Amino acid sequence: MKKPRVAFFDFASCEGCQLQIVNLEEDLLQVLEAVDVVSFREAMKEHSDDYDIAFVEGSITRRSDEPRLKEIRKNAKVLVSLGSCATLGGINYMKNFQDLDYVRKFVYGEKAFAYETYPTRPLKAVVPVDFEIHGCPINRKEFAMVVKALLLGKKPEIPNYPVCVECKMAGNICVFELGMTCMGPVIRAGCGACCVTEGAVCWGCRGLVDDPNADSHREILAKHGLSVQDILNRFRLYTGFSEVAK
Amino acid sequence: MSNEKIIKVNHVTRVEGHGNIHITIKDGRVEQCQWQVVEAPRFFEAMLRGRRWNEVAHITSRICGICSIGHTLTSLKATEAAMGITISEQTEKVRKILLHAENMQSHILHVGYLVLPDLLGVPSVVPLASTHREQVLVVVRLHRLANEMSDLLGGRTTHPQRPVVGGFAKWPTVEELETLRQRLEESIPDGEALAYLVKDLVGKFPQFSRETEYIALTHPDEYALYDGDIGSTDGGAWPVDQYKEVTNEYLVPQSTAKFSKHKRDSYMVGALARLNLNYDHLSPKAKEVAEAFELRPINYNSFMNNTAQIVEVVHNMEDSIRLIDALLKNGIKDEKPSVTIKAGRATGSAEVPRGILFHEYEYNKDGECVWANCVIPTNQNHSNIQKDLEALVPQITDRRQEEIELTAEMLVRAYDPCISCSTHCIFL
Repeated sequence: MKKPRVAFFDFASCEGCQLQIVNLEEDLLQVLEAVDVVSFREAMKEHSDDYDIAFVEGSITRRSDEPRLKEIRKNAKVLVSLGSCATLGGINYMKNFQDLDYVRKFVYGEKAFAYETYPTRPLKAVVPVDFEIHGCPINRKEFAMVVKALLLGKKPEIPNYPVCVECKMAGNICVFELGMTCMGPVIRAGCGACCVTEGAVCWGCRGLVDDPNADSHREILAKHGLSVQDILNRFRLYTGFSEVAK
Repeated sequence: MSNEKIIKVNHVTRVEGHGNIHITIKDGRVEQCQWQVVEAPRFFEAMLRGRRWNEVAHITSRICGICSIGHTLTSLKATEAAMGITISEQTEKVRKILLHAENMQSHILHVGYLVLPDLLGVPSVVPLASTHREQVLVVVRLHRLANEMSDLLGGRTTHPQRPVVGGFAKWPTVEELETLRQRLEESIPDGEALAYLVKDLVGKFPQFSRETEYIALTHPDEYALYDGDIGSTDGGAWPVDQYKEVTNEYLVPQSTAKFSKHKRDSYMVGALARLNLNYDHLSPKAKEVAEAFELRPINYNSFMNNTAQIVEVVHNMEDSIRLIDALLKNGIKDEKPSVTIKAGRATGSAEVPRGILFHEYEYNKDGECVWANCVIPTNQNHSNIQKDLEALVPQITDRRQEEIELTAEMLVRAYDPCISCSTHCIFL
């Protein structure tokens, strides 16, 4: 059987999701035996436009980036968004809630006009996307699972229930009980509630579940002492796109 | 007929982020020679405004996937300094090991996966997985060890969750630290094996030298990574809150990242800068490796940043063992961070894999960030990369076009540039 040809690309991001693929360590060597990586700028000099599966990290933040993404879409049989920036706009989406001319001037002063930007968007706002691997960064085991499913011609199974389910299974004490607040009740699971398990809270990086009870969650956050601005900030750390797309 | 060599490397490969090299040589004369940064800007400083003190490190960690631990720790230090929060000895020690872990991870990734292919004459590490399996496995093992350290102490390899303002949200156990210590001890031969593998190939790096200034943190008692004052090989020392005296950023037309200069027209930061300034504080085995590479201060060959990184990997391992021993002597206490929110403005700094990093924040009395500025190592190196190219290319104009291109790429790669970091953290 001919090995599937795989390519990696990135737009505005920290490239931390592609790093998770390198972090597969010995398992990566096994993946390399099952597929032909034909383009991965961060790791190799070779490049080919002939590929079956494209994994794309990053969000689209400039009009001039759109043609490159459309070209990737045209070349790939399957396009997979890799990580929060690609699936949600990620951290980069926060700037959309400020005046963009002001944002540019704040960072680049009088030369602001030379720095092209437009409202951040996830890949699916520009081209059709076949599958999404969520997270900031992605979980490398989930990535391996998706690759395996694609190689077997199956649909990868991405959970559509909240992080709370996995958090309970991990045996964590609910952070609300500990006097903190968390996005877990409305955020898509699949991470094993890793942040809560490590002493933090769920920040929301995997995006909202398909039918979140967001209003009720806002009420709960308010009941726990968060101001309207704080609640907005929580929802706009990662899930601002869902707010606007509604 | 005129003899023209036109080199346009758009998006240099095997580096983090997007940068171009454009060179035009006509009749042996260099007409254009430019390092261009074309990364999409992300405007982090603007996004931080209006965010709470306990969200700021979470956001700035996303500046860079490879040095997320360094950004997190520098961010926490800036917030702690702004609010007058002190940290415990235990916190400081664990943070130092965490910084070692990231430094190792990043350096191994760079030398093992990104640079080694140049030295062995292949386009990527992929073919090496079959032709040089033993050597690749050494690299993979060291990389995994570094990631396990980050997982254990930071709660995740990338974008850590355990380090928080005032300390840690969760501590490693004594048993976990003992296991880590043993793993480190057993892995030092791998570190040395990597060093001697590269030593045999070191002749592949060009004999290049250009006098420049090196800037890094310095500390009277240790190889400064977590703490210190700003030092320069041209002399002088500055407390970190005076960083703007040194970094002097400016805009250039070919780049979406700012460039930096101090007293000369450029300076260099990173492993070679640290080694040039702090050589005496290297751990014993790291010094042996430096000696094997004949790496002594001041070394002006930017390509030797690669070998300085290997020296640092050995230092990271040895010093982590020392720190773990010190921690184990006192046992691990379940300390909880104590934070009192206050208005204030301050700078935090640390040495991250690619060099000295600064975050400066201002908070109002509610702990809301009202102003922020981050100065990234790669920003500070852009000018030096440009000046190095201007010095290097005229020396090699008679070579074949492909060879000039490869040498220029190797120069950029030697800086281990982290370009997506460098394009959005720039001040007013």
